[in-house]
Amino acid sequence: MKFGVVIFPGSNCDHDAINVASSYSETYQLWHKDTSIPNDIDCIILPGGFSFGDYLRCGAIAKFSPIMNEVIKFANNGKYVIGICNGFQILTEAGLVPGALIRNNSLHFLCKDIYLKTENTNSIFTSELSNQNILKLPIAHGEGNFIVDDNTLTELESNSQIAFRYCDKDGNVIKESNPNGSVSNIAGVLNKKKNVLGLMPHPERYSDNLLGYNDGKSIFDSIFKNLN
Amino acid sequence: MIEKLNLYSEVEVTLQTAIDLGLTELEFNKILEIMGRTPTYTELGVYSVMWSEHCSYKNSILQLKTLPRSGGRLLVDAGEENAGLIDIGDDYAIAFKIESHNHPSAIEPFQGAATGVGGILRDIFTMGARPIAALNSLRFGNLDSERTKFLMSGVVNGISHYGNCFGVPTVGGEIYFDDCYQDNPLVNAMAVGIVKKDKTASAASEGVGNPVFIIGSSTGRDGIHGASLLASREFDEKTDDMRPTVQVGDPFTEKLLLEATLELIDSGVIAGIQDMGAAGICCSTTEMSAKNGLGMEINLDLVPLREQDMSAYEIMLSESQERMLAVIKIGMEDKARLIAEKWDVSFNQIGIVTDTGIVNLFRNGNQVGSLNADSLVLGGSAPVNIREFIEPKYLQETRKFNINSLKTDLTQEEIFWKLITSPTIASKKWIFEQYDSQVRTNTVSIKGDAAVLRLKETPGKGIAVTTDCNSRYVYLNPYEGAKSAVFEAARNVVCVGAEPVGITNCLNFGNPYDPEVYWQFKEAIRGMGEACRALGTPVTGGNVSFHNQSKNHAIYPTPTIGMLGLIDDINLIMSLDFKEVGDSIYVIGNKRNELGGSEYLKVIHNLISGEAPILDIEEELKLQKLLLNLIRSKSISSAHDISEGGLAITLAEKAISSKNNLGCIINLEGDLKDINIFSESQSRVVISLNPDKEDNLIKMCDLFNVEFYKVGEVSLDSFIIKNLVNTNVSYLKDKYENAIPLIMNNLIKS
Repeated sequence: MKFGVVIFPGSNCDHDAINVASSYSETYQLWHKDTSIPNDIDCIILPGGFSFGDYLRCGAIAKFSPIMNEVIKFANNGKYVIGICNGFQILTEAGLVPGALIRNNSLHFLCKDIYLKTENTNSIFTSELSNQNILKLPIAHGEGNFIVDDNTLTELESNSQIAFRYCDKDGNVIKESNPNGSVSNIAGVLNKKKNVLGLMPHPERYSDNLLGYNDGKSIFDSIFKNLN
Repeated sequence: MIEKLNLYSEVEVTLQTAIDLGLTELEFNKILEIMGRTPTYTELGVYSVMWSEHCSYKNSILQLKTLPRSGGRLLVDAGEENAGLIDIGDDYAIAFKIESHNHPSAIEPFQGAATGVGGILRDIFTMGARPIAALNSLRFGNLDSERTKFLMSGVVNGISHYGNCFGVPTVGGEIYFDDCYQDNPLVNAMAVGIVKKDKTASAASEGVGNPVFIIGSSTGRDGIHGASLLASREFDEKTDDMRPTVQVGDPFTEKLLLEATLELIDSGVIAGIQDMGAAGICCSTTEMSAKNGLGMEINLDLVPLREQDMSAYEIMLSESQERMLAVIKIGMEDKARLIAEKWDVSFNQIGIVTDTGIVNLFRNGNQVGSLNADSLVLGGSAPVNIREFIEPKYLQETRKFNINSLKTDLTQEEIFWKLITSPTIASKKWIFEQYDSQVRTNTVSIKGDAAVLRLKETPGKGIAVTTDCNSRYVYLNPYEGAKSAVFEAARNVVCVGAEPVGITNCLNFGNPYDPEVYWQFKEAIRGMGEACRALGTPVTGGNVSFHNQSKNHAIYPTPTIGMLGLIDDINLIMSLDFKEVGDSIYVIGNKRNELGGSEYLKVIHNLISGEAPILDIEEELKLQKLLLNLIRSKSISSAHDISEGGLAITLAEKAISSKNNLGCIINLEGDLKDINIFSESQSRVVISLNPDKEDNLIKMCDLFNVEFYKVGEVSLDSFIIKNLVNTNVSYLKDKYENAIPLIMNNLIKS
């Protein structure tokens, strides 16, 4: 399998995503002005950062990049896309996953470790995870407060589209473990077809024991195992 | 005379014009003498900026020259380029520098701090280095005051806004609160970058006939006279009127400028490049020219402007951010343009390199300036002032102060709780969680005495970085205080397992024309120089910020030290936290009980007095050598130096940062009964180790001739200093971590 990482102006976790992805397989760098995606790419990563400065709503301008037309087609053809942090924000703006991400309820940017409970272990992104294993991953965002209307929330739940929830270290999904005010502690969601995942925490940051933890690696392990 | 050269001046220049721009009568006369005529208004503006302390170091250079500024691993001498450059082997070098943005942050904390970060990042990438870490050294007044909360909130937001968006991890720094910073907070920003040694760029112009380009943002009216007027005056009721001299930052543009600049340098099209921070086009054109005795013809009509009616004077002095001046090798303009276009960065030729040594300026068909580049710069004809100095009177009071005469009704435990919740000591989590500390995935640890980063470019190796300065010590004894600042920074770097290799300094002082302030400056430089020579860590560069003063009272002299340490084996690093129940806890260093300038005196007795802790260089060097040896031979499990709050606070921090609620039981009886747990005597480190390794420790301490004493052992949950403090780790952690949020959250409610 091959990864492709999209670089928008203002992406700043692009190198981090490339660093981890290329430890699994050949990884293409896709430029925001590109108008095609190489055929042999199986999974596209939209990395974190501040695309176009995020001076407007996060991801709202990146959505209009030429490459995003291709990413939408790529996803609609059933291929795999994962958006991390700003990548998640871009996915919601592009309509590839439901919901929206607004200012953290603290009104501050927050960079800290959080615990994640995996709610759906049937996607290609999460098959190597278990509901029992609680992941420790970092968040680093000012706008990670996930919102959807009540009907969509019910739909997300009944379609098993909720991928991750913020929890405490023992796996309890409680208000105190919600770092940003997200509805129902949601940290990551899938689209209906489960081929697109958006999440706020950064698995690429904890994929190397030298940096303290490597819980994020299991997400890349899942993708690689399923697509290779 | 102007007519003869046919120069155009927007305003007639007189002595009064010069004084209004911040020049002295003496300096104005010197300009007349150099030029042999009256300068135009634009030329006078350029002199006023270039001869400001910020650009010329006119009042500090004679002292700075006494510092060790070359040698060791240093690849360029201090002051030669935009930042210091340290050889780390394997064909790579680390660029690093610290700079102040105090005055702008005092009147507009968000933009002041943000552009401080932006400016220091540009200093790093203009050398071809990719920024990999940022640190901040901050000083505020009493945190109970609404103004301090406003300032701290704004500064932290500004740093977070700029650094996070740009994509550099903010990994460290320090924050102190003292009344002397009430009107005049300090914001010192440090950045660290990595560059392949054969890919560095120089800030010198080169090649007659080469085109000169401006890259990045367009030029607006922001920041005019930021360096010469705002940063060169004291704070008074008029300061707020100077808010328009504060620049406005755009981290997104800076990120694009970073990528474009590194790609331009890598592609080989650059003959020379300098960022435009303080003093904008006037500084970059003249400094770059002066370095190789060259000149430039600059057509200011070609500079992209935000407002078309800007005058030559305004264009030259604008401090608009996110701009670079680049000399491109002739014939390579198109290759360069393609790179700029790729990153959507504006790229415009504004002039050409000449061999005249003169920078000629044109605007609207008129020649508005003809400046001898060398006459403007440090090392050329810029003024070098010998300043008067005299020992400050307050020292007679503080020195003779008898600490033993103090009485308190508080128990040691009550004192302990007051100290652990004092903002200077309490957890800074409220602040550092607002910074992205991990982007670029190199951050190994931000929790220890220094931040540790791995280097992907040189696998297996790493660096440690820290900033330090206890300004109370410097106030009470500038020589000892500055010496201690350097050695504490080195000790912090050693505590994580790195070898100190170089420093950058940010010298924050009051008005240099006040002989008492100048004495502080001179003494601090003397202490710093002595420390750097003993450590073999040259001063690689930095910045001087004078005039940190209001209502006739100066800040404490604050020579902030940014220290770089090298780690040969990233697997042999050390952290501060307790590791295992039953581990033995030792203090290595000494048993001195100095209390002068301590947090204890400040918090309990509201006093900044006494003699600063005295640092014995031989003792300190032995301690650092021993400690590095213990870490590299895996002989200990944790290390944390004793600083503000003394042994009690050091132990508390080791417990609070431990993973599984590990505490300690400390027994200071018998030989140790005289130990003052709040003393801040220097050259002491608290370590913990497996009891099996104690014999080895004793042997090593004897070998290195370092005093050591066992104080207790690691326990679970309890935090006990027998007969003095008795609590548990969760309660301690709660108090420590919530002290600052409790104060700051009040701000949000009100």
